[in-house]
Amino acid sequence: MANVAMPADRAEPNYLEVTTNSHKGILGWLLSVDHKRIGLLYLYTMLAFFAVAVGFGFMIRLELLTPGKTVIDAQTYNQFFTLHGIIMIFLFIIPGLPAVFGNFFLPIMLGAKDVIFPRLNLLSWYLFIIGGLIAVSAWLMPGGSADTGWMFYVPYSLRTTTNVVPALLAAFVLGFSSILTGINFITTIHRMRAPGMTFFRMPLFVWSLYATAWVQVLATPIIGITLALVMIERALGVGIFDPSLGGDPVLYQHLFWIYSHPAVYIMILPAMGLVSEVIPVFARRTIFGYKFIAFSSLAIALFGSLVWAHHMFTAGMSDTAMFVFSFLTFFVSIPSAIKVFNWVSTLYKGSIQADPPLLYVLSFIFQFSIGGFTGLMLGALSTNIHLQDTSFVVAHFHYVMFGGTGFGIFAAMHYWFPKMFGRMYNLKVATAAWAVVTVGYNLLYFPLFISGYLGMPRRYYDYLPEFQPYHMVSTVGSWILIFGLIVMFWNLWRGMRSGPKAPMNPWGGVTLEWTTQTPPIVENFREVPTVTTGPYDYSRYESAAKEGK
Amino acid sequence: MFTSSSSFTNSVDALFTYIVVLSLIVLVGITAAMVYFVVKYRRSKNPVPVNIEGNTTLEVLWTAIPLALFMSMFYFGWTGYKEMRSAPADALPVNVTARMWQWGFEYPNGLKTDTLYVPAGRAVKVLLRSQDVNHAFFIPAFRVKKDVYPNKVNDAWFVSDRVGRYDIACAEYCGLNHSYMYSAVQVMDQSDFDAWFSSASAKAGVPAVLAAAK
Ligand SMILES: [Cu+2]
Repeated sequence: MANVAMPADRAEPNYLEVTTNSHKGILGWLLSVDHKRIGLLYLYTMLAFFAVAVGFGFMIRLELLTPGKTVIDAQTYNQFFTLHGIIMIFLFIIPGLPAVFGNFFLPIMLGAKDVIFPRLNLLSWYLFIIGGLIAVSAWLMPGGSADTGWMFYVPYSLRTTTNVVPALLAAFVLGFSSILTGINFITTIHRMRAPGMTFFRMPLFVWSLYATAWVQVLATPIIGITLALVMIERALGVGIFDPSLGGDPVLYQHLFWIYSHPAVYIMILPAMGLVSEVIPVFARRTIFGYKFIAFSSLAIALFGSLVWAHHMFTAGMSDTAMFVFSFLTFFVSIPSAIKVFNWVSTLYKGSIQADPPLLYVLSFIFQFSIGGFTGLMLGALSTNIHLQDTSFVVAHFHYVMFGGTGFGIFAAMHYWFPKMFGRMYNLKVATAAWAVVTVGYNLLYFPLFISGYLGMPRRYYDYLPEFQPYHMVSTVGSWILIFGLIVMFWNLWRGMRSGPKAPMNPWGGVTLEWTTQTPPIVENFREVPTVTTGPYDYSRYESAAKEGK
Repeated sequence: MFTSSSSFTNSVDALFTYIVVLSLIVLVGITAAMVYFVVKYRRSKNPVPVNIEGNTTLEVLWTAIPLALFMSMFYFGWTGYKEMRSAPADALPVNVTARMWQWGFEYPNGLKTDTLYVPAGRAVKVLLRSQDVNHAFFIPAFRVKKDVYPNKVNDAWFVSDRVGRYDIACAEYCGLNHSYMYSAVQVMDQSDFDAWFSSASAKAGVPAVLAAAK
C-alpha cells in the first residue's frame, strides 16, 4: 500500500546511481536500456529542442510586432516558421508525453520491470536524436533550411532551392522512432502487466498511451512513404505529385493529412490521459466515469483516423466528400466533450489541493475547451471556408497543441518530478510561474482568433496595418509567456540540484509508481506487486474518516 | 468588416455567431464549475472526499445534447456551403490566374486587368488557375475562399450589393512574397462599371461585349 514507507537505511541504489550495463558516467546513460534512463534521455533532448523552437517562435512574434520588416527578412521568417513547426511537432509535442513520461512510468504503472523490448527502446531514442540533428543541421547547409512550412505542400516543396530533403529525411527517421515506440508500448501493455492488473484496472494514462500507440503504428508509415515519394520525385524526377510531370498536388495533401490528422491525436491523447491521472490524486477521490474516459480514447483514435480531409475544405473536393468529412468531424468532437465533462465532475465533492500539477491541468481544461469549441467553427463547412488558412487556424491548433498538450507536459513534469529525481521544487515559485505562463499564453494566442476572423491569413511575413493591434498584444504575450517558462524551468532545475528530499508519495497518489522507492530502483520493484483494486481507489480517505468519528 | 458585403457574409457570420454563443455558454459553465469546485472542496475546508464512480444518466445526457447541437452546426454549415456551390447560370465568368506573387483577371472578351472590377448586384464566377505553385483566392469581406492549383480549374462565386473596394489575399503559402500577394475587387454601380468596361476594352483593343464567351 502506498503509505508503507521504506526506511531510508534499507533503500537500494536507485536508477540514477546504478545502470543496467558495466559503463560509468555518460556511457552508463547512452548505452543504458533502463526505461527510466531512456525516459530522461528523451526528456533532456526534447527540452533542448523545445528551447530552440521557442527561440524561433520568439523571433516570429518579434518580427510581427510591426508591419514591414521589424528584425528579419522574409526568407528568414519563412524558414523560421518552418523550423518552428517541424521541431515543435516532431521533436517536442509528439515525443513529449509518450517517449518521456510513457517510457518512464508505463512499466511502473503496470507493475513491470521494464518495457518488453528494452534495446528497441534505446534504438528509438537514437533514431530520435539522428532525426532531430538532421532537421536542425539543414539550417547550416548552403541554401539554408526548408522554407515550405511543416506541411511540405507540393509543388512548392519540389521547387524551392532550400534544403527540403534533409527536413523530409528527418521527419522520415523520426517516424520510425515513433513507430518503434508504439510497437514497444502495445506489446508491453499486452504482455507485461502485473498479476491482477486487468485492462480495466489500468490507469487512464496507460489507456491513452495504448490508443496513441495504435495510431502511431498504423498511421506513421503513411507519412513515411509519402515523404519518401517526395524525395524520390525531387531527386529522380518521377511524376507523382508534381503537375508538370503529370502528378497531383491534392493527392499529396490527402496522403499528408491521412497521417497528420491522426498525428494530432498522437499529440493530444497522452495529455488527456495525464489529466485523468492528476485530477483524482489532487481531489483524493476516484475518477468520474472511468470506462467512459477509457473508451473515449479508443473512439478518438478510431474516428480521428477518418476525418483527415477537413484540412482541405477549400481544395475543391466533391460535395460528397465535403459532406462526409464535415459530418465525421463533428462525431470526433463527442468523445473529447465526454472527457471534459467527466474531468470537471471528478472535482465534485473531492478533497482538493490546488498544487502546481493540478493548476496546469485546470489551464489545460480551459484552453483545450477553447481549442475544441473553435474546432467546431472550423468543422462546419461554410465557416471553415472563411477561416481556413487564417490566423484563426493558427490560434485553434496552438490552443489544442500548446494550451492542451504543452500544458499537459508541464503538468506531468511537476507531477512526477519528485518521483523521478527524488527531490522537490519550490511550490510557491511553481505556482507563480504557472500564473505567468497561463496569462502570457492566452495573451499570445487569443488575439489571433479575432484577427483571423477579420481576414488575417497565416504564414504572412507582412500584414495590413489594421491587424497591428492584435499582433502587438500577441507579441507582448509571447514575452510574458517566455518569462514564465524561464522561471518555471529555473525552479525545476534548482529543485533537481538542491531541492529538499522528496518523500515516496508526496501527493498521496495510489497508482503503482507511488508505491516504489523514490527515485525508483533499477528494476522498479523489489517484488512484483499484485493488484487487487481499480487504479483510483481512494476509499481509504473516506473510510478512515468514518471510522475515526 | 461585419457589414454584409456579399451574399455569403450574413449566413457565415450567423452560423459563426451561433457556434460562438453556444460555446461561450458551455465554456463559462465548465470554467465556473471547475473554479467553484476547487474553492468549495479545498482540502482545508473539506478533508473527506466522497467517491462517486460515475453516473450513466449524466453520461448519456452529455453525449446526446452535444451530439444534437453538433448536428445542427453541421446542418447549417452544409446548407451555407451549398449556396457557395450554386453559382447562378448567368454569372459573369472571370478567369483568374495566380502566379508567384500576383493575381491576373481576364474578362470573357479578352480584357486583362490586375484588379477585379465587378458590377454591384451581378453574380460573378471566378475560374481559378495557377501558373506555378498552390495559391488560394481569398476575399475576407465576402467570406469567399478557394485553393488555386496548377493542374485543375477551381471555381467560386459571389455577388456584392455594396459598392466599394475589398482586399483579395493569397491564403495558401506560396513562398517569399506570399504576404504581398494582394489584389482588390472593385464593386461599382452598373453604369460606372459599363463606362469603365467600354473605355478599358477600347484601350486594350478588344470588343466591349460581356456575353459569356465560353
Ligand atoms: Cu500565393
